[in-house]
Amino acid sequence: MNIIDTFEKSQMKKPSYRFTIGDQVDVSVKIVEGDKERIQIFTGVVIAKNGGGFKETFTVRRIVQGEGVERVFPIHSPKIADIKVIKSGRVRRAKLYYMRDRTGKGTRLQEKFVKEKESPKTVDAATTQTGEKTTT
Amino acid sequence: MVTGILGKKIGMTQFYTEDGKLLPVTMIQAGPCNVMQVKTVENDGYYAVQLAFDGKKKKRANKPEIGHAAKASTEPKRFIREVAVVAGAEVKLGQTITLDVLKDVKWIDAIGLTKGKGYAGVMKRWNFKGGAASHGSTRHRPPGSISSNTDPGRVIRGKKMAGRLGGEQVTIRNLSVVKIDEGNNLLFVKGAIPGHKGSYLILNKSR
Repeated sequence: MNIIDTFEKSQMKKPSYRFTIGDQVDVSVKIVEGDKERIQIFTGVVIAKNGGGFKETFTVRRIVQGEGVERVFPIHSPKIADIKVIKSGRVRRAKLYYMRDRTGKGTRLQEKFVKEKESPKTVDAATTQTGEKTTT
Repeated sequence: MVTGILGKKIGMTQFYTEDGKLLPVTMIQAGPCNVMQVKTVENDGYYAVQLAFDGKKKKRANKPEIGHAAKASTEPKRFIREVAVVAGAEVKLGQTITLDVLKDVKWIDAIGLTKGKGYAGVMKRWNFKGGAASHGSTRHRPPGSISSNTDPGRVIRGKKMAGRLGGEQVTIRNLSVVKIDEGNNLLFVKGAIPGHKGSYLILNKSR
């Protein structure tokens, strides 16, 4: 592995957060005011993920007082304390830029319900598969 | 004390500062270097140190190179450059110079060779605007008129024209040092640095 990869890996958060496009998320952002540090929560829909590995970012969109607000967060930023998925939307593409043209009721996404018992199993299978790949 | 060191550009990446800011940084392998020659006022009229960086196979070096290195009891190196030294500082021949030279330094100047762009037109080389891209225009990238008519009857010297671009030595001043990893001889500097990956650099303390 080259030096840049190892350096980037050393800065990466472990484990990474699990969320996808169309999820409604609570992003806890650390904010420093003077000497005090507090946590602010930015709630919205994940409309895009960009980049990969250490440089990966995601875009969260929400409507504030009728005005669309988007924030781009680097996933491995130390300012992000936590990312919580509230609900998952059923979406058919990787970039939801069409949400920018929508207002009012159109901004809602159809909710995707994941069976609680099944989801961890699939996750385990995915991780073991990748594990095998790296060893061979 | 030596006021600089030789290095090699590794590439660019990102770095989070302690307060969570994301910075674009260039990773540089700086040192270890060997002192090849010590220049003094008595001998050479000024104080300086000749540093050598990055080992070279002996069979690829010529006899003068091997002899010059042998004087400092080291191996021949690929990159040899002079670096200033504080007058009266004790530097020995063959001494290894590591990154701790730049330990408490906040700003550095980097000297390197830019990427060669070859024969470049006037738009790329001098940022001329060129012509319209569309609306029936067929004049896309030429420079236009280069001078007047009979008076003066010549082209003014230094007129900006197409030609070789890049591949020249450039100094970038006042690059802020973000992080120093002495164990791996790595220096992290905010922003970009001239040259391709693996190109050699002279890193001096900023004045």
